[in-house]
Amino acid sequence: MPPPLFEIDTLQVAVEDKQIVNGLSLTLRPGEVHAIMGPNGSGKSTLANSLMGHPRYRITGGDILLQGESVVDMPPDERARAGLFLAFQYPTDIPGVSMINFLRRAMSARRGEEIPVREFRQVLNEVLGRLQMDEQFVRRYVNDGFSGGEKKRAEILQLGLLQPLVAVMDETDSGLDIDALRIVSEGINTFHSDENAILLITHYQRILRYVQPDHVHVLIDGQIVESGDASLAERLERDGYEPFMERTKEGVLSS
Amino acid sequence: MTTPATNPPVSPSADYEYGFHDDVEALVKLPKGLSREVVNTISDIKDEPSWMRKLRLKALDHFNARPMPEWGGDLSDIDFDDIHYYVRATDRDESSWEDVPDYIKDTYDKLGIPEAEKQGLLAGVGAQYDSEVVYHNIREDLEEKGVLFLGTDQALREYPDLVQEYFTTVIPPNDNKFAALNTAVWSGGSFIYVPPGVTVDIPLQAYFRINSEDMGQFERTLIIADEGAQVHYVEGCTAPIYSSDSLHSAVVEIVCKPGSNVRYTTIQNWSNNVYNLVTKRATAYQDAVMTWVDGNLGSKLTMKYPAVYLMEPGAHGEVLSIASAGQGQQLDAGAKIVHAAPNTTSVITSKSLSMDGGRSSYRGLLKVYDGADGCRSNVRCDALMLDEHSRSDTYPVMEIDEKRVDIGHEATVSKVGDEQLFYLMARGLSEAEATKMIVNGFVEPIIKSLPLEYAVEMNRLIELQMDGAIG
Repeated sequence: MPPPLFEIDTLQVAVEDKQIVNGLSLTLRPGEVHAIMGPNGSGKSTLANSLMGHPRYRITGGDILLQGESVVDMPPDERARAGLFLAFQYPTDIPGVSMINFLRRAMSARRGEEIPVREFRQVLNEVLGRLQMDEQFVRRYVNDGFSGGEKKRAEILQLGLLQPLVAVMDETDSGLDIDALRIVSEGINTFHSDENAILLITHYQRILRYVQPDHVHVLIDGQIVESGDASLAERLERDGYEPFMERTKEGVLSS
Repeated sequence: MTTPATNPPVSPSADYEYGFHDDVEALVKLPKGLSREVVNTISDIKDEPSWMRKLRLKALDHFNARPMPEWGGDLSDIDFDDIHYYVRATDRDESSWEDVPDYIKDTYDKLGIPEAEKQGLLAGVGAQYDSEVVYHNIREDLEEKGVLFLGTDQALREYPDLVQEYFTTVIPPNDNKFAALNTAVWSGGSFIYVPPGVTVDIPLQAYFRINSEDMGQFERTLIIADEGAQVHYVEGCTAPIYSSDSLHSAVVEIVCKPGSNVRYTTIQNWSNNVYNLVTKRATAYQDAVMTWVDGNLGSKLTMKYPAVYLMEPGAHGEVLSIASAGQGQQLDAGAKIVHAAPNTTSVITSKSLSMDGGRSSYRGLLKVYDGADGCRSNVRCDALMLDEHSRSDTYPVMEIDEKRVDIGHEATVSKVGDEQLFYLMARGLSEAEATKMIVNGFVEPIIKSLPLEYAVEMNRLIELQMDGAIG
């Protein structure tokens, strides 16, 4: 078994004074796709944002390790340059900053050196084509006036360009129609290789029809209460989260 | 009358690259202080027609009679007795760059001005050093078409009737205290006349430099675009860093005749010891278009509100302004648009930045007179603060005396957002780089309206200021 690429070790996260993630542990090895599924309010977005280092989410215990190195003391930009990626559920718009300028800066940051224009163009056009995105798209301002589907596609575009080691996808499937979902999923699958790992955080099972997970985890009240293979997602789809709710309480009480 | 400029400058700030000064004796430097005698002496030196001398003296009375403005910024530290009102470094206004004295040439070389002319980026160049214009040149083909571009003093000598016809018709001598001061002691500035139907295809540029300490620069610019004419004028300003303050109080008058199109772009980067109190106003007649593009960095205090008076139907006025205030700076800038005729239109776009304890304000007036029906105007002013201890204010005033108008107004004040920073940092950009990117995006709507080389310069200056502020 290859060594772990990404480890979340009994992680505890608080927002203001409220504890949201309660001792969550997870190990991703190279080549794996994990899905974390949970109902509203189970701590999905808190988990995603805290992994990337959002200052509002305070880590109160546990550790996050990328290739064996702790990242909890790193600001978000260092985590990104080390190979961690978050596809945002609600990407922020930055008026006046063109996508193309932003993408080139981001790629250069990830590489640690300025990417030559010609090479950048080539890679950009390739990924744009794969996502069936028009070249004019990158002339627009970052996420400014994008439709829901365009925002998600733009996140996948960044995933494809930045080639992270670990990609955390925060509800990437929400707000997508079926065609957009297929394209976005193909983007994730194309990115995926034996070298990297993907953590899909989602409410619904439907994206898992396109992106096959090796492991599925159920998140309730900031804890993983059940783990299994892809069939667990089907069980959730059939029975809902209700059967797992009880276990949460036990879990919380026993922690 | 000549005194050497011997006071050493304070050590130049790392953030301000134009803080050097030339250690040379001025040819003529009037003693400090303002009096009828000083005004008469300036008029004598220039050997002016008597109407100009009378106008100057009348304006001096206005200046003395008017109280100091008590709005905007704090003007109480300005000591009018401690200013040289006229400093002349050389006795000639050259039209050949080779003939400009070497030390002045060096200054402008450092500022990159002749280079732009050599590269053909400009249709004409003017340079003012302290009180006098030291260089003016215009492309031959434009000269042949009758375009005039020369120092205002020279214009008064060579085209006295033309100057007299328009001088103070847009900004009367008693318009405000500082316009009165300028009218009394004005020296230098550009005079531009573009004949009917003539288009000046690339910009004319003037460069204003204060070199002497305790100096007042009072240039006077007058632009007349005749019917259907088109011209773009660009001015840049810098000054050395001294331990005491300088005063820059210019007046710019522009007449846009029917169907003409005038664009006036300012990139101001004064050192932090300059009071910059400027009156700029244009009148636009039938179907004329007047645009002010105003980039304000630097200075200790700037109070400047470029104005367009829309005098006849179909006239369009536009003001695009950026102000970026850093440590120890107050920029009180804005715009004034007066709709004095029906079916006139205007747009005001203002972006102000404040950082490192700086203070920037948008102050605007939109006036629509009764009877000016069918007017349309859109005002948008946005302020962005980079940190907690900086300040930003907006004072948008609207006086609308006509019902059948279409007025839009939007104002925002924001801080660099945590979510925007997090998003960019999550893609590997450092906090400083992310902040710069957000700021660049914020000012982009104005920057993109600048000619390319000025857009590059403006971005560079803002980044330079931010390097000082956010490290």
